[in-house]
Amino acid sequence: MSGNPSDKVEIALDVNGRVHHARVEPRKTLVDVIRDDCGQTGTHIGCEHGVCGACTVLLDGEPVRSCLMFAVQAQGCKIRTVEGLQSGNELHPMQQAFMDHHALQCGFCTPGFLMLAVGVLEKRPDISDEEMLDVLSSNLCRCTGYQNIIKAVKAAAHTMKAADD
Amino acid sequence: MTETADRWIGASVTRLEDLPLVTGRGRFAGDIDFPHQLHMRIVRSPYAHGRLKSVDAAAALAMNGVAAVWTAKDIADLPPIEFREGPNENLSPYRQAVLAAEWVRYVGEPVAAVFAEDAYVAEDAAECVFVNIDELEPVLDAAAAPTELRPGLGTESTVCRQGYGNVDTAFRDAHTIVELDVSIGRHSAVPLETRGAIGRYDAARDVLELHGAAKVPHRNRESLARMLGRSTGGVHLYEGHVGGGFGVRGEIYPEDVLVLVAALRLGRPVKWLEDRREHMIAANQSRQQRHRIRAAIDGDGRLMAIDDDFFHDQGAYLRTHGARVVDTTCGILPGPYRLPHYRVAGHVRMTNKTPCATYRSPGRFESNFARERLMDAIADKLGLSRIEVRRRNLIAASEMPFERPLVALGDDVVYDSGRYEALLDKALAHIGWDALQRDVASRRAAGEYVGLGVAIYVEKSGLGPTDGARINIHTSGEIEVITGGASIGQGFETVVAQVCAEMLGSDYRQVRVVHGRTDRIEYGIGAHATRATVMTANAAAVAAKKVRDKALDMAAQLLQADAADLDIVGGCVVRTGMIGGPAISLGDIAHHLRPTSSTRGERDPGLSAEGWFSTSHMTYPYGVQIAVAKIDKGTGAVRIEKLLIAYDIGRAINPMLVEGQLVGGFAQGLGGSLLEEFRYDERGQPLSVTFADYLLPTAQDVPFVDILLTEDAPSGVNPLGIKGAGEGGIAAAGAVIASAVDDALGASGTISHLPIMPQQLKMMIDAFEATGAAAASSGSG
Repeated sequence: MSGNPSDKVEIALDVNGRVHHARVEPRKTLVDVIRDDCGQTGTHIGCEHGVCGACTVLLDGEPVRSCLMFAVQAQGCKIRTVEGLQSGNELHPMQQAFMDHHALQCGFCTPGFLMLAVGVLEKRPDISDEEMLDVLSSNLCRCTGYQNIIKAVKAAAHTMKAADD
Repeated sequence: MTETADRWIGASVTRLEDLPLVTGRGRFAGDIDFPHQLHMRIVRSPYAHGRLKSVDAAAALAMNGVAAVWTAKDIADLPPIEFREGPNENLSPYRQAVLAAEWVRYVGEPVAAVFAEDAYVAEDAAECVFVNIDELEPVLDAAAAPTELRPGLGTESTVCRQGYGNVDTAFRDAHTIVELDVSIGRHSAVPLETRGAIGRYDAARDVLELHGAAKVPHRNRESLARMLGRSTGGVHLYEGHVGGGFGVRGEIYPEDVLVLVAALRLGRPVKWLEDRREHMIAANQSRQQRHRIRAAIDGDGRLMAIDDDFFHDQGAYLRTHGARVVDTTCGILPGPYRLPHYRVAGHVRMTNKTPCATYRSPGRFESNFARERLMDAIADKLGLSRIEVRRRNLIAASEMPFERPLVALGDDVVYDSGRYEALLDKALAHIGWDALQRDVASRRAAGEYVGLGVAIYVEKSGLGPTDGARINIHTSGEIEVITGGASIGQGFETVVAQVCAEMLGSDYRQVRVVHGRTDRIEYGIGAHATRATVMTANAAAVAAKKVRDKALDMAAQLLQADAADLDIVGGCVVRTGMIGGPAISLGDIAHHLRPTSSTRGERDPGLSAEGWFSTSHMTYPYGVQIAVAKIDKGTGAVRIEKLLIAYDIGRAINPMLVEGQLVGGFAQGLGGSLLEEFRYDERGQPLSVTFADYLLPTAQDVPFVDILLTEDAPSGVNPLGIKGAGEGGIAAAGAVIASAVDDALGASGTISHLPIMPQQLKMMIDAFEATGAAAASSGSG
């Protein structure tokens, strides 16, 4: 190892169940590798300092800011992005609810919100409305005023729970 | 949600836009790549004001993967960025050059551009470009006495003056004069997607392409072609998905010009993506104004005159809009009230801050705040209720259309229709104003700082003059609508599809709407000034009517019927009222109209037509906003407990989308009223450069927004009767929040500045509590 930060290293990332091999600089962020090297551009970059949540992905089931991690740190983890939500042509209940409730306008923050809400509900299907509002306030949306996002997440929570029962 | 409908106009159908966006298949600027592209990174001025002595790029150029570094010298042939509305000799010295040459005038001003093989390398290299600047004293207060930015270039670039009547006489004869000094902080759109631009030169076709365009692609094509000395036929702009526009994205900035010129001269596609810090110092900011406003009032609380002298902090340069925000402020300030005499002077003042331009509801967020503060002050001074003083001044429905000798956005101000008092009554009844007042009064008596606020406003929408649409029905039956409009996330495709579907008796999901493509239609004005739906939907309706007539004419021959007896139902032409009779689909009719079809006869080929809609005047929606605000005694934080927007849209094409616009707009306005401000220190260094210092509202901050959507006053200036919704939620947000917070303090007139900061409220409340002048002493009225 020369120690030069721009020396590339081989990595393997499991994104949506598929292993992607890439040669990247160790300093390359997870979101950049997901987008540039794995070609999954549904995960967006809004602030690059971990505030807006547009880059939220699930890492071993936990919502994380993929702009605040290096890709090399995510090796060995199961990464889920918005592209992995639907099964075949069937949308995830969260995706369907966002459409039904007009929970998106420009759609830029949407993948982050979808992953955040799905990640939380998979672990805590009975989360209270108040706690869910608290969770949702960790991501930013500039178009909707959140009202319809909250409605959609509640509706999807109900559908997801019914499917599990 | 109605997914099957006979009538698509007025139906809250789900959006055509959504599927790619919820599945991660959107195509935003960052998602666009071309083979062999270079990445651009901008070196920006670290000083607010200074003399640019030299730029040393040697170290950057020596780095692996760096293709070029440009300074002003390398693009000396390029003119400054021009005004969209055309040349203006007086204002032209204030335009921004693509790269700073001798002077830097704000922190963030582009000084050099680095082009490299990789975005990380470009950023590394940009940090190795050394900029030598002699720092100068910055100008930071737009309301201070005018000075010079440099010899011969004054800080007062222009003064916009409008008015009518005899203001001095009115003030002389006034029963009462009310005078205020109110100001609005500097904030802006801050969309979640930062800007991005990808330039590509296709030498094979001799076409220069700009990807990542938005808002006004056709008009920007004209400006860019002029700046670059190319024919418009050899310049094309492509709008993909747009991660929030709100006025800021889609204007021509230095970076857009740079990627195009670099693509031409370096012979490779060039991609630029803005980072968040850059966005906070380089993209257009907005709003910052200080109004010294006074009103002359008669004994009954009726406005006799308004006299307003205001200062607009324009920042370092005049960008594509020129002085338009100031002119709009002047033209729209009187709002919904009768005003016999009016005089306004808007000083466009240059400072050493990021340049300003439009942000959703430009000139109205500001003027509604100033005017509604004035109305509350008048009520207070005369001992009238805030509702009563407004009611006495509202323009009556019988006075419509109401002409005012003012200009906004280059358009004579003529309110086309409106029933203002009726909407006020509906809003008061809807929210239960009287009961709410009693409730607020009793809570205040119990020691809470809670208050009620109201604001009434007129919005503008549907800026002309013209827009077109071309409809082509494919043999598959798909209806393709090619528009000169633009989609910035507002649901443009869906509403245009709904209008076409209604006219063509088809399902809106059969309609494909093309927008933001200069290579598909020659003209277009785009999406700004809440114009896209009004203009393009009406143009699409004109085109659809022609296509319909052509389809019926062809079908009449095929069905051996009179065209007058035919209708289109479910995408098929049928005999009117006959169920189960002969039918022929629009796709089949398109097949009969192919150039080679033997049944086509003398008709022009194609089931297609072009339609244009022109208007000489804007259309004016209007609204009433009512808020309940509570101030936390311990922290000074304001919580909006209740919020109603009553809004007359004329006619809603998709009420769900209209409500979405109003709620989302209000949330942004709440940000500008309580949280968001671009602050600068005494050297002009920006202090709000991350989301940690510039606070966007979160799901915790935005209240449930109740919408009362009415259709009492359809527009008189377009056949569909529609008005716009894009800016109606934000326009009076500052006004209504200020009114409610004022009332919560029980001390009218204390709120004279936005954003309202908790520290300031906490100090006031501590002072009240210390003197025993509790908020309960005065009631909301």
